[in-house]
Amino acid sequence: MAGHHLTREAQAVRAAIGVTGQYSAVDGLLTGEENLRLMADLRHLGRSRGRERARELLERFDLTEAAGKPAATYSGGMRRRLDLAMTLVGDPRIIFLDEPTTGLDPRSRRTMWQIIRGLVADHGVTIFLTTQYLEEADQLAHRIAVLNHGKMVARGTAEELKRLVPGGHVSLRFADPHGFETASQGLRPISREEETLTLHVPSDGGVRSLRALLDWLDGASVTIDELAVHAPDLDDVFLALTQESEPAR
Amino acid sequence: MNALHDSATMLRRNLRHMLRYPTLTLMIIGMPIIFLLLFVYVFGGTLGAGLGQAGGRADYLAYVTPGIILMTVASAATATAVTVATDMTEGIVARFRTMAIARASVPTGHVLGSMIQTLLGVAVVGGVAVLLGFRSTTGPLQWLAALGILTLFVLGLTWLSAALGLVSPTVEIASNIPMPLMFLPLFGSGFVPTDSMPGPLRWFAEHQPFTPLIETLRSLLLGTPMGDNATVAIAWGAGIALVGYLWARKLYNRDPAR
Repeated sequence: MAGHHLTREAQAVRAAIGVTGQYSAVDGLLTGEENLRLMADLRHLGRSRGRERARELLERFDLTEAAGKPAATYSGGMRRRLDLAMTLVGDPRIIFLDEPTTGLDPRSRRTMWQIIRGLVADHGVTIFLTTQYLEEADQLAHRIAVLNHGKMVARGTAEELKRLVPGGHVSLRFADPHGFETASQGLRPISREEETLTLHVPSDGGVRSLRALLDWLDGASVTIDELAVHAPDLDDVFLALTQESEPAR
Repeated sequence: MNALHDSATMLRRNLRHMLRYPTLTLMIIGMPIIFLLLFVYVFGGTLGAGLGQAGGRADYLAYVTPGIILMTVASAATATAVTVATDMTEGIVARFRTMAIARASVPTGHVLGSMIQTLLGVAVVGGVAVLLGFRSTTGPLQWLAALGILTLFVLGLTWLSAALGLVSPTVEIASNIPMPLMFLPLFGSGFVPTDSMPGPLRWFAEHQPFTPLIETLRSLLLGTPMGDNATVAIAWGAGIALVGYLWARKLYNRDPAR
């Protein structure tokens, strides 16, 4: 790892990595600034470099105002930001982030995503990120590995993974049984639900194919009550990949 | 070199904790001071008379002060176990394990911080005894020797209680395990001479580690006969320090998935 043997050069590996665990690893009794200075001391940065680095990170993570308050008084989002900032004090080349946004509100989550993107783009850091939110993986990851019961069941880019499951579709709910029958003959649906008069028709979800679909419905004088576009996302991939093993649980 | 630097960093962290959370330090001195007042003013008149040589309350204050000082040390040991156990539940210690720092620095920082806390507590409790009328009859050299032997004992007890804090699965258990230490001065020569006790209890009182130390302090502060007490006290102090250190190190170095 980072050019060092994992067990023979454990300290060198530790110096090259940064770990931000699932549970916040900040010292609640120390202030935000003291937490960062503690990390700087333990990375042997020296007094002035440490002070500078702490100030820089407080600024970057929008914590300057709270710098003098004990970390125990911070909100969840602030604690996570401080946690990550502490990991970054030593400029690690490889960062492990264990569910960095679990329990955060949508705004804090987005802020965290921006920070993570910035780390990769501006600092060339390699990040291993685990998450339960597949949207997060889709947003952030270059490469994704799907784990199920501790085993890797698929690996690739988000696009590659999405290709593993049947593509997207459009759900159409019809106003009357007549239109439902006409469309189910003309459109070759994937599936049909007769009670609700709903058809699922294959589609890539693009504007062009949607227009073609609507034109066809107009041409056949069929009225629809509702139309929903369903693009494949990583949730579908995860569900499809983990489906078989589910009953065994 | 890194081990020293990292230990100093950890010590600074623990001293900051004490400043942010002074209640714990106050709790350390609270119990011994209550015992001091209780024993001097409630029981002191009677117990002093029991000391022989026409003793009174003032003589009993002189007799009990070394025992109360050791009670402070034991009380601080409980606080150490609680502090260490609490810290082990914090995420930050898990983070320390992922960093390239000297491993021993975390427990070492705790022990040094707790020793400072303990000696401060001893100073305050000793000060209260002086306010109540305790007067040492010896000189600065003996005081220095008393401080040295006491510090060695504090070192040992602090490493031991750090180990107890590490071995406790919860903070509650950590606050209970060192409890017997609080009572050792009572089951020794801390409050009454051991020759007034019945057979087996007297044997225990004379052979447990607190008694020779109490007698040493008494000799160094009040000029009572020393005998071999200092040697025995130093041997106990060094032995406890060694066992406590090795045990704490082993516990801290083990796989964190306990």
